[in-house]
Amino acid sequence: MSDAVRGLARYSPSFVDALREHAPELLQQPGVTLGGQQVPEVPHGTTVAAICYADGVVVGGDRRSTEGYAIAQRDVEKVFPADDFSAVAIAGAAGPAIEMVRLFQTELEHYEKVEGLPLSLEGKANKLGQMVRGNLGMAMQGLVVVPLFCGYDQRRLTGRIFRYDVTGGRWEDADYHANGSGGKDARATIKKRYRHGMDRESAADILVEGLYDAAEEDAATGGPDLIRGIFPVVATVTAEGYRRLPDEDVRKAAERVVAARARGEG
Amino acid sequence: MSIGFGYVPPEQIIKDKADYARKGIARGRPMVVLEYDGGILFVTDNPSTHLHKVAELYDRIAFAAVGRFSEFENLRVAGITLADIRGYQYGREDVTSRSIANAYSQELGRIFMEGPKPYEVELCVAEVGSGSTPNALYHIGFEGTVTDHKRHLAMGGQADDLNAELQRNYTDGIGLDQALRLAVSALSKATQSGDGGPAAGRLEVAVLERDRPRRAFRRLTSDDLNARLRSDDSAGDSHEAGEGPV
Repeated sequence: MSDAVRGLARYSPSFVDALREHAPELLQQPGVTLGGQQVPEVPHGTTVAAICYADGVVVGGDRRSTEGYAIAQRDVEKVFPADDFSAVAIAGAAGPAIEMVRLFQTELEHYEKVEGLPLSLEGKANKLGQMVRGNLGMAMQGLVVVPLFCGYDQRRLTGRIFRYDVTGGRWEDADYHANGSGGKDARATIKKRYRHGMDRESAADILVEGLYDAAEEDAATGGPDLIRGIFPVVATVTAEGYRRLPDEDVRKAAERVVAARARGEG
Repeated sequence: MSIGFGYVPPEQIIKDKADYARKGIARGRPMVVLEYDGGILFVTDNPSTHLHKVAELYDRIAFAAVGRFSEFENLRVAGITLADIRGYQYGREDVTSRSIANAYSQELGRIFMEGPKPYEVELCVAEVGSGSTPNALYHIGFEGTVTDHKRHLAMGGQADDLNAELQRNYTDGIGLDQALRLAVSALSKATQSGDGGPAAGRLEVAVLERDRPRRAFRRLTSDDLNARLRSDDSAGDSHEAGEGPV
């Protein structure tokens, strides 16, 4: 790098770059692995899904985390606002995933404050891909983190969904996606029910139904807990921003699914 | 004379540096910071709509500066970085205006004493309280002196005149519109001798709002500002009468 480039590069708006310079011990080192040792059982998040609809995107996740065959927590949250106009849902090793979300949230806010403008949705998606790639060493040891990123694109005026593979590969889904251990089952349901340009209520309904089916087919995914009142976390991201749906709305959607099943449908 | 020809006493060096910084700052346009019943208001005359003098530092903390842009911009980004690292390392509530003001004070003090030239800037770090906790207003001078203020503070060129004007007309518990009027009238009085005072389109206005849940900083758009200043015109008579001759 020439001196001029090196000089200018110091004025990076990236929080990760700032950490690397001022507090590198807070960053997970890309090369650090567990040296081939078996990773002890740690909590894993399971199924998350996102669906584009008329006003933006709806995203949700079940509430279970597991450690091997044990249930680690029954009311864990896997859907987070990344900033005002985007959300991340996490599946995989919960510890590194939640830390990645915290770093990603700080990264987006830092950029926005330094530059005076938020990153484009595309830029946010790329940044998250770089962070997933940074976790590759841990992923090879079994601590896989595969987020599902979605948001409202304020330039294209539409909801968009991005999924990742462990290498940081970034793939856009035009309509919906679900991942995690029950992702395939959730996708099967959503695929049958999905209609282009649905309204919010229908989109939230099929999301909850997809998670319900994932819970039926996958031991690691939790279903709605009507006794304790624990329901999937469901949020929308639209031109008005990120909004988590009230538990009451999700309860009603879950009860509709349960009632339909009781009638022998589905 | 027993002392060599090139000798300059330290008092003289300090005085020269301070004079230099003061002159630079006095050339810049002033800034007014006011507490109002719903938060903290920042008003400054700024012909640029993109190069800001007021900015968000952290959830409830803002940064305001006057003087040389390249210098305070550097400090602004450093402050954001410091706050974000601390919030990431510990927790969001562990980021305080006091620690940021102290860091600025140390850094400006170091630059003043060690650098070939002092920074020609004055800063304000302001934090809006939540619930019933009070606000904090810190003023940091070019040589690193930090002072805390209540109700209002002015900095930059004509700061003394502005402070006197605010002192005369400020009342506790004023609303946003009233605070805005006070700030604009003080700024136009102070800069009268210069270029006739700031026009509405050249004002940079931002607030830290007490009732906002997390990030309290907001810029007032020129539409919002024009609407508020128009309502000022219609209420102008009673406003002037209430204040008496100035």
